[in-house]
Amino acid sequence: MREYTDKIRQIARRLLEEGKVDRVIGFKKGSMPMMNEPCVIRRPQDADQLIWDGNCGINLANYLTGAKDKVGVVAKGCDSRNIVTHIIENKLDRDNVVVIGVPCQAMIDKRKIAAAVDGEISEVTETDDGKVVVRGNGFEKTFDRAETLQDNCAICVHRNPVICDEPVADPVPEQTDVDRYADIRAIDAMSDAERKAFFDDMFAECIRCYACRNACPLCYCPTCFVDESRPQWVGKGQDENDIRTFHFLRAYHCAGRCTDCGACERACPVGIKMRVLTRKLEKDCKELYGWEAGMSVDQRPPLDAYKPNDPDAFIK
Amino acid sequence: MKFVKIDEKQWAEGIGKLKSGYRVFGPVKEGKDHEFRELTGDASPDMAFSNTRLSPKSVVYPQSEVMFEYTTDESRPDHHILKEPRRDDTPRAVIGIRPCDALSFLLVRRNFDSPEYKDPYWLRNYEATTFVGYGCNDPCATCFCTSAGSAPHDTQGLDALVVDRDGGYAAKAITEKGEALMKAAGWTDAMDEAEAEALFADRAAAAEKKITRQVATDKLAEKPSMDLYDAPFWEDVAFSCINCGTCTYLCPTCWCFDIQDECRGCEGVRTRNWDSCMAPLFTAHGSGHNPRGEKVQRVRQRFMHKLKYYVDKYGEGIQCVGCGRCVRSCPVNIDIRKVCDMMNAYDPEAANDCACPTT
Ligand code: SF4
Ligand code: SF4
Ligand code: SF4
Ligand code: SF4
Repeated sequence: MREYTDKIRQIARRLLEEGKVDRVIGFKKGSMPMMNEPCVIRRPQDADQLIWDGNCGINLANYLTGAKDKVGVVAKGCDSRNIVTHIIENKLDRDNVVVIGVPCQAMIDKRKIAAAVDGEISEVTETDDGKVVVRGNGFEKTFDRAETLQDNCAICVHRNPVICDEPVADPVPEQTDVDRYADIRAIDAMSDAERKAFFDDMFAECIRCYACRNACPLCYCPTCFVDESRPQWVGKGQDENDIRTFHFLRAYHCAGRCTDCGACERACPVGIKMRVLTRKLEKDCKELYGWEAGMSVDQRPPLDAYKPNDPDAFIK
Repeated sequence: MKFVKIDEKQWAEGIGKLKSGYRVFGPVKEGKDHEFRELTGDASPDMAFSNTRLSPKSVVYPQSEVMFEYTTDESRPDHHILKEPRRDDTPRAVIGIRPCDALSFLLVRRNFDSPEYKDPYWLRNYEATTFVGYGCNDPCATCFCTSAGSAPHDTQGLDALVVDRDGGYAAKAITEKGEALMKAAGWTDAMDEAEAEALFADRAAAAEKKITRQVATDKLAEKPSMDLYDAPFWEDVAFSCINCGTCTYLCPTCWCFDIQDECRGCEGVRTRNWDSCMAPLFTAHGSGHNPRGEKVQRVRQRFMHKLKYYVDKYGEGIQCVGCGRCVRSCPVNIDIRKVCDMMNAYDPEAANDCACPTT
C-alpha cells in the first residue's frame, strides 16, 4: 500500500502544481485504528497528507456531487462507477474531474475485525504478504487479509476503475468466480412470513440516523422523500412501517444506480446489512436488462430509457 | 450502611428482587456491542462491557415519546382535545450506568429543568429513575471523561456506585434513593468503611491513569464567540462530514427534539422524536429560508453549541462528558477531541498563517 500512497501524493502534487485541478479529494490518516478521514487538498505542499490503505471504504464520489471547479479525486473501482453515474445523471461534468484511479485490493471491515478479537484494538497493520495484524491491550492476532474484507469487497467484480485519468498502479486481476447473489436467492425463496420476519429482524435496531443514505453518492436529492414535510410521506418516529418504508423506498431509488460500494453498510452505526435490498435490485437489473451500473458514460441506464424489446413480463 | 459488599449470588438475587419494585434497565450484549435495555423476565445485566453503543439517555428520554392523543371524530365528546396518554411513571433503575453517562443527565437537566421552563416528560422519567453506576476499570482509548468534568469512578448524577471486588462487587450509597434501592435488593452486608474507602480510591486512581487523552477547555469561555464562529478551520473540519445524525443520536448530552402529529383516520398522537442539528430540516423555516442551509454551518453549530454556547450560558463546563461515542461511531472520523483543542487554542491574530482554506 506504501507504493499506492506515494503515487497518489505524487500525482496530487503534480496536478495541483500544474494547475490542472483546484483541489484533490482523497483520504488522510484517521485518529483511530481502521479509520481514515476523507479530506481535500488545495496546496501542493499538503499532498503528503494523503494516504491509501484498506480503510478507504468511504465512497469519495459522494463529495463530488455538483462540483463546478476542477477537482481531482482518488477513486477505487466502485467510486469510479459512482463518478460515471454522476456524469450520466448530470451531477458532474466529465471535463471537470480528474480521476486518480486506484486498482483496489479490497477494503477491510473494521466490525469484522473487532468482532474477531477480545478487547479494544489499538493498532491494525496490513503487511505486504496479505496479512492483517491486530494489536490491543495484551493481545496480538494475525488474520489473512482475505478473511477480513468488507462483505461487498469480498464479492466485488470491478476492482479496477472504469474511468481513469491518472492510474496509481497497474490493474489488479478481477475476481471471476464469485456468486454475488447467494443470499438474495435465499431471501427470494422465503415464504412471505419468513421474509417479513427476516426484514423485521434486520431493521429492528435502526435508529433512523440516515448515515446509510448520507454516505451514499446516489442520495443527492435536495430534499429526501423522508424529509419532505409538505406533504409528509413518511412518519418520523420509530414506527416499524415508517422505518421499512424508508429502507425499501431508498433502495428503489437506487435501482440500476447502486454500485455496491458498501458505503451505506460501512457508515451504519448499528451494523444493519441493508445491501441485500440494493443487491436484489442489482440482480433484477442484470437479469432483465443485462445492466450493471456505472460502467460507461455513453450508455443510458435502463430505468431512464425505453426500448421496444424491454422485458415486461413482470407487469401484470 | 454506606458501603456494602455483594457476592455474585447476592448480586444475581438482588437484581431479581429489584424487578418487583422497579423497571430495571441494564447493559445487554447485542452482537458485538452492548446496549441498555429493560431487563425483563430472568434477564440480568451483562457487566462485562466497556461502553454501550448508544447512550442510556433513552431510559429517560426515548427516541419517540407520545405526548398527547387526540381524535378528530366529531361524534366523540372529547374530539379535538389533546389528552395525555396513560404514562408509566413507576420507579425505574438503571444498573451499571457508567459515570460519564450519569453525569450527562445533569448536563441535560440544565435544559429540561430550568427556572423558566420545566419539561414534564423528561422530568417525570428522570425523577422516577435510580442510577446505579459501575466504575470503569478499563476506559476505552476514545474516552476523555477526566477533561470533560467526569472520571471513571466519578459519582456525579449517581445514586449508588458499584465497583468490582474479589468475588463480586462493593457498593456505595450516594443518595437516599440509592440507599433505598440497595435495601430493596437485599444488598445490606456492611463493609468496613476504611477498607471500602481504600478499595474505591484504589480503583478510581488505577482507572484514571489509563485515560490517555485529554482535551483542553480552559480558554473556551474567554474567547469571543464571533472569533470562534468566524474561525477559518470550519470548512476543513466540516469537509468530510456527511451530515448523518449518528453523532447526535448516540450522544448522551444531545437533547434536541422535533414534535410531530401522526394520525390514522380520525385518531392521532402527538409525539416527540429525537432530532439532529446535522439535518438541514432541523432549521428549515416555513418560508423556505434555512439559516443553516449549508453543511459547514451545521457542523459548526454542533461544536459551537457543545463547546462554546453551553459553556457561556451555564458556566459549568462543556456540553460533553467525554464518552467518546461520537468519535468511535462517526463514519468519517470527525473527532471532537481535535476540534475542541483547535477551538481552545484558536488565536485570530495568528490565524493568518493558518494552512486552512478561508473560503
Ligand atoms: S446504496 Fe449503498 S452500496 Fe449502493 S451506491 Fe449507495 S452507498 Fe453504495
Ligand atoms: S445508517 Fe443504520 S441506523 Fe442509520 S438509518 Fe441507516 S440503517 Fe438505520
Ligand atoms: S457522525 Fe460524523 S459524519 Fe455524521 S453528522 Fe456527525 S460528524 Fe458528521
Ligand atoms: S459529544 Fe461525543 S464524546 Fe461528548 S458526550 Fe457526546 S458522544 Fe460523548
